[in-house]
Amino acid sequence: MEPTADIRTAVDAIYRAESRRVLATLIRLLGDFDVAEEAVHEAFVAAVEQWPAEGIPGNPRAWLVSTGRFKAIDRLRRRAKHDVPLDDVAQQVEAIAAPQSPDDNEGVEDDRLRLIFTCCHPALAPEAQVALTLREVCGLTTEEIARAHLTPAATVAQRIVRAKAKIRDARIPYEVPGRGELEERLASVLRVVYLVFNEGYLASSGEALTRRDLSAEAIRLGRLLVELLPEPEAVGLLALMLLHESRRAARTTPEGELVLLSDQDRSLWDRAQIADAVRLVEAALATRRFGPYTIQAAIAALHAEAPSAEATDWPQIAGLYDVLLELSPSPVVELNRAVAIAMRDGPAAGLELVDALLAGAQLRDYHLAHAARADLCRRLGRSADARDSYIRALALTGQGPERRFLERRLAELG
Amino acid sequence: MRYLCLIYLDEKELAAMPEAEMSDLNARHLAFNDGLLASGHFIEAEALQPAAASTCVRVRNGRTALTDGPYAETKEMLAGFYLIEARDLNEAIQVAGRIPSAPTGTVEVRPCRDLEVDGVPRPASRKPR
Repeated sequence: MEPTADIRTAVDAIYRAESRRVLATLIRLLGDFDVAEEAVHEAFVAAVEQWPAEGIPGNPRAWLVSTGRFKAIDRLRRRAKHDVPLDDVAQQVEAIAAPQSPDDNEGVEDDRLRLIFTCCHPALAPEAQVALTLREVCGLTTEEIARAHLTPAATVAQRIVRAKAKIRDARIPYEVPGRGELEERLASVLRVVYLVFNEGYLASSGEALTRRDLSAEAIRLGRLLVELLPEPEAVGLLALMLLHESRRAARTTPEGELVLLSDQDRSLWDRAQIADAVRLVEAALATRRFGPYTIQAAIAALHAEAPSAEATDWPQIAGLYDVLLELSPSPVVELNRAVAIAMRDGPAAGLELVDALLAGAQLRDYHLAHAARADLCRRLGRSADARDSYIRALALTGQGPERRFLERRLAELG
Repeated sequence: MRYLCLIYLDEKELAAMPEAEMSDLNARHLAFNDGLLASGHFIEAEALQPAAASTCVRVRNGRTALTDGPYAETKEMLAGFYLIEARDLNEAIQVAGRIPSAPTGTVEVRPCRDLEVDGVPRPASRKPR
């Protein structure tokens, strides 16, 4: 290979490994997303031009940060010739911070956290948080994000442009929140990560392949967060995502039909991912500062470790749902708790709880509540009631695989 | 990816622009081109003569029909274009926002597409990267 081609391969590898870190630091130094993105681009252009002759610097990241910073200053000075008064430019250049020592790894990792917290700032619309995080933190292109969300690229692009304008105009600070704010702001970050994961995991329509990439991206983000900020709930969320992901091969048939947890071929579960996740859950639980993600992960871990649906530790799962209900009360959690209690105490006990839930307003149009009722009635031999509930559930769901699953169950009733 | 940035300007405003101002705008466009060349975004750019100089060509049933263009009565007319290379649509939008005419006109950013032949996507452009 000729040396320049060699260098280009090296630059590509460094781009993949370092461009997000370089961006995160340059946003802090330059104080603006767009200016920083331009500077990152220019720094890599300079690398391709200069490294063949000068060799790859010992610390490429520090070189890129410092080059990007000088390029941005240059650009500001050039603009002074035209539309911006010289004083303003001088002021702007003055405001550009100098990089800390190039080997200050902690500072760099802080910048990545700053970037994550800023992209997931609660002042931004939820879909903007997702798009901005995927583009700025994960390095996905606008077009990749659009494909994964089945949204036109122009729509995603506008969300990103508006979000950046809001960060600039509302002066959303580029910082990791202090202790007092951290819990709430971290919750916002974790919500974005889990949203990205679920878009890749739950979606049953459209381009399955690109959507699976979203789950992988969310797990990568989860790992990054745990590495940078090992808060118990970040650990718990990573474990929860790994446990869901470990079952991916078993949760649908090759034809794309849905397979319920109790019917899955457990030999298809990814044992390495499960072991990884169980270790994380135990670590998070041990802190005694865990939250709803950790509890959900603990429930998923009990399922993952059970040799069969019958041999699952249902009493403990029901107990964990009690804890979850206290931490984050919601009718969906109550429904899951009712299903666990049906497994512990028998279908009649579960049906009583589900009927009470269906009497309320919140789950009346939730297809899974009717599907759960149908299943409990089926197990009690109440075929007519089961049929009614399957039909109701079918009327409420539009997803192909879920519909076909319910139709099969309905047909099995005879 | 490649993007075409189409610049639409009010031709009346353009015609009424004082000579010094026009000269300054043109100089900024040329400097901008150099900047894009240096940053690796530049593929091609042209400024266009007024829409009154344009001719539309249609061939129907083997006959060529010519008409004066443009046919639409809009205020802003196509006045020039940039063909650029960018990482994604948002980078292209950033570049488009820096085009010296952007503050007075409209820049439409259009992603280019490959031409599929027998299921194989092929770039239409013959310009080397």
